[in-house]
Amino acid sequence: MNSLNLNRLTIKRALELLDEGKISSVELTQACLERIKKIDPEVKAYLYVNEEWALEQARLADEKRKAGEHGKLLGIPLAIKDNILIKGHPTTCASKILQNYIAPYDATVIRKLKKEGAVFLGKTNLDEFAMGSSTENSAFFPTKNPWDLERVPGGSSGGSAVAVACRMGLGALGSDTGGSIRQPACFCGVVGMKPTYSLVSRFGLVAFASSLDQIGPFALNIEDTALLLKVISGHDPYDSTSAPREVPSFTQILQENANTKFRVGIPKEYFEHELHPEVAKNIEEMISLLKRLGHEVKEVSLPHTKYAISVYYIIAPAEAASNLARYDGVKYGLRVEGKSLIEMYKKSRAEGFGREVKRRVMLGTYALSAGYYDAFYLKASKVRTLIKQDFLKAFEEVDLILTPVSPTPAFKLGEKTSDPLQMYLSDIFTIPVNLAGLPGLSLPSGFTRESLPLGVQVIGPHFRDDLVLSLGYQIEKELDLETIPPIVKAL
Amino acid sequence: MEFEPVIGLEVHVQLKTKSKLFCSCSTKFGAPPNSQICPICTGQPGVLPVLNKEAIHYALKLALAVGAKVNRLSIMARKHYFYPDLPKNYQISQYELPIAEGGAIEIEVNGSTKLINLTRIHLEEDAGKLVHDEKKPYSYVDFNRTGIPLLEIVSKPEIHSPEEAVAYLKTLRSIVRYLGICDGNMEEGSLRCDANVSVRPKGSSSLGVKVELKNMNSFKHVERALAFEIKRQTALLLEGKTPVQETRLYDEATQTTHPMRGKEEAHDYCYFPDPDLIEVRVSEDWIEKIREELPELPSAKKARFIKEYGLSSYEAGILVEEKPLADFFEDTVRLYAKPKAVANFILTEVLRYLNRDNISIEQTQLKPEFLAELLSLVDDGTISITIAKQQVFPEVYEKGLPPKRVVEERGLKQESSEELLRKLCEEVIKENPSEVEKYRSGKKGVLGFFVGQVMKKTGGKANPKLVNQILTELLEG
Repeated sequence: MNSLNLNRLTIKRALELLDEGKISSVELTQACLERIKKIDPEVKAYLYVNEEWALEQARLADEKRKAGEHGKLLGIPLAIKDNILIKGHPTTCASKILQNYIAPYDATVIRKLKKEGAVFLGKTNLDEFAMGSSTENSAFFPTKNPWDLERVPGGSSGGSAVAVACRMGLGALGSDTGGSIRQPACFCGVVGMKPTYSLVSRFGLVAFASSLDQIGPFALNIEDTALLLKVISGHDPYDSTSAPREVPSFTQILQENANTKFRVGIPKEYFEHELHPEVAKNIEEMISLLKRLGHEVKEVSLPHTKYAISVYYIIAPAEAASNLARYDGVKYGLRVEGKSLIEMYKKSRAEGFGREVKRRVMLGTYALSAGYYDAFYLKASKVRTLIKQDFLKAFEEVDLILTPVSPTPAFKLGEKTSDPLQMYLSDIFTIPVNLAGLPGLSLPSGFTRESLPLGVQVIGPHFRDDLVLSLGYQIEKELDLETIPPIVKAL
Repeated sequence: MEFEPVIGLEVHVQLKTKSKLFCSCSTKFGAPPNSQICPICTGQPGVLPVLNKEAIHYALKLALAVGAKVNRLSIMARKHYFYPDLPKNYQISQYELPIAEGGAIEIEVNGSTKLINLTRIHLEEDAGKLVHDEKKPYSYVDFNRTGIPLLEIVSKPEIHSPEEAVAYLKTLRSIVRYLGICDGNMEEGSLRCDANVSVRPKGSSSLGVKVELKNMNSFKHVERALAFEIKRQTALLLEGKTPVQETRLYDEATQTTHPMRGKEEAHDYCYFPDPDLIEVRVSEDWIEKIREELPELPSAKKARFIKEYGLSSYEAGILVEEKPLADFFEDTVRLYAKPKAVANFILTEVLRYLNRDNISIEQTQLKPEFLAELLSLVDDGTISITIAKQQVFPEVYEKGLPPKRVVEERGLKQESSEELLRKLCEEVIKENPSEVEKYRSGKKGVLGFFVGQVMKKTGGKANPKLVNQILTELLEG
């Protein structure tokens, strides 16, 4: 037990140790729980930790292993973003309106993880209803960046990114609507992946923007990410938008493609924005690294990129306004009594939702209103198609695309809360990927002089999540970065 | 000035699919409140809808039956409004690109037929039910109905009287029942109707201000509500006033309509395609398969009954209104080849009992064999038609007994012994000399009196034909 060094323990290694009988899932889970007790009060990644439940699952996993069962994640402790339902446990979406909501069913991804024997430690913090880029929009408390406690961890899946960065869980699930997995992964120095839209079932993910949302994994490295992705992917009859296709073994493909040379595109429009100098320098280094590895690097054009943020901030709020209509105080969640039905609706929603959620509900309602629909929603949908076509065209020339994840490293808490437009710009490189439904991977690519993590994004064609992970794997091996936040190292 | 009403109907038919439109909950009527619900139809966070293929199948059946154009690609859209019976606060419906457009329904009023064209047919989910307790300051919600598939059938404003409206509804109900896609029960709400009514000077081609009528739960309500509304609007126009565009509710107690309170502002439903559902695609093969499966529809059946069985339009029209009754008629004719007699017996006797008990033929113990046997018994003189109607049929209907058995057990066999009947006739003549006088002085109608007397003596069992014959012979002689 003392020899258990969580800081360098990957899921793959943990499974080996478990299989060899050198550790038990109970020990591993206990170690994570102790780590949570020590560090979480500082970083506040978790909204909910249930020790008893976690240990019970771990004990069950140990019994199963003794009985000769071999789940792909048997006994591995994970953190789950609190907008994914686990039956019998709270799902708050970091919103007051769902503060007391207990999930009545399991999300499909949870069902799949349970089948493979994963252990759930608890639920992680997020921007309310996943709306935000810093986890500051949580109705309960902000999560802090373990590399610098005065900075944000990114968002909206900030809690999951921090949980993995601090080894308060060997892996995690988040959701990504405009960058909500990739940007916090980048800010916290871990790997995060948004799969191709429709690869992973959305059933049981509390909807923010249905045509953009996608659940994806966080892990310490690409291999673990590939393993988690394999487990949660696949057709789900409960999600009409999920793709009815076979999911390959991503971990195996990584090895097969270990030396494959790719044609990698660098979109010139992504460099027309103001980039933080160290982000700019890092991406140049990455380009050199790709060339050194023998990949063909060429410039590509994604001409409609400049419209991506505008399009996103019409489509996402429109879908959100509709999806969030159900939180009305009638059936579940917060109810504030009023003299009439309408007053009850108004009071419940006024008290239950935070500022950013209200802002987006209003934006979205406006964009869908009769008389404005054509000018906003319909127009945005058309431009969205153009953005998607840009990528399809680029992928005729290249296999993959490489971009920064975020224009800046992690920013200070409070720095952008009063300026939503600045906050929105933080997702400028990740949003187009959601609009096009493509797979996007964020992996650590270096550090700033202040020791803040930097990240690079690999984008692939639809359903080429395997290629995206393969290039990520090559970069990761070549860089061989140590990504242990100081707060963790100090333990 | 003469005025004419212009009426368009929006009919909702609840589909009889086994499960709801987007989840696997049962659609059965009358279950205890909230016993047929799940996370999906109660709008829990994170749930997604999956479209029930059977519902599309049913929608296509109706579309083909009324000759509508099926859209090969149609789109489910979200229609937003806040109400406690709508768990997601949006209804999944169709807006642009409904499942079918166009088509028509042929109606018959006062012997003449007319086509009412349809605008569209679209698929949507039903809402739940609010249950109010007047003694309490709150209401309950029952979500059993939430998510049951509905088809909305929108007619063009081509209906010009309450009678036409009722004929349209009855024909539509008959079609959906023939197709087996809906119970068509207005009282239980499986068939619901809203009407748009306006009145204009006769001959004008422009439309007046339209009023939407709701809360009509039977054909009678529809007829009365429309009649009232037409009268009300006409009176306003005659006074030089214009009706207000509004939604009005029919009040059964007063048989009038009154404005619906508090819903005056125009709704903005913020329609947009539901991103959780993919486009509904209908293949040519699917359409062909359904076309082959379509049953003979009421209008075609009626034409055939007239031609094949020599029935009147009236007789055929009533027989085909409900498929089970039409089947009963044909099955009987197959066993007893006198269609007119069968039709006549069904239209008078059978329907009288069905209407009295407010049930349909398949809910009774009647069988085609029984009716065929009963009519044969009349033909071969075993019983009279009167006995058949008054004594045998009620037993057959109530108890499900074969007519022969009823006749035997109750001793209803007709008395045809000439010897006995002659004796009785002679008795009757002897007993009523003054009536005999009348007959002989030319009042031949008195014959009926004598027949009645003989019948009385035989408990109604005497063969009337024979009695007639004997009496005439005796009186004339």
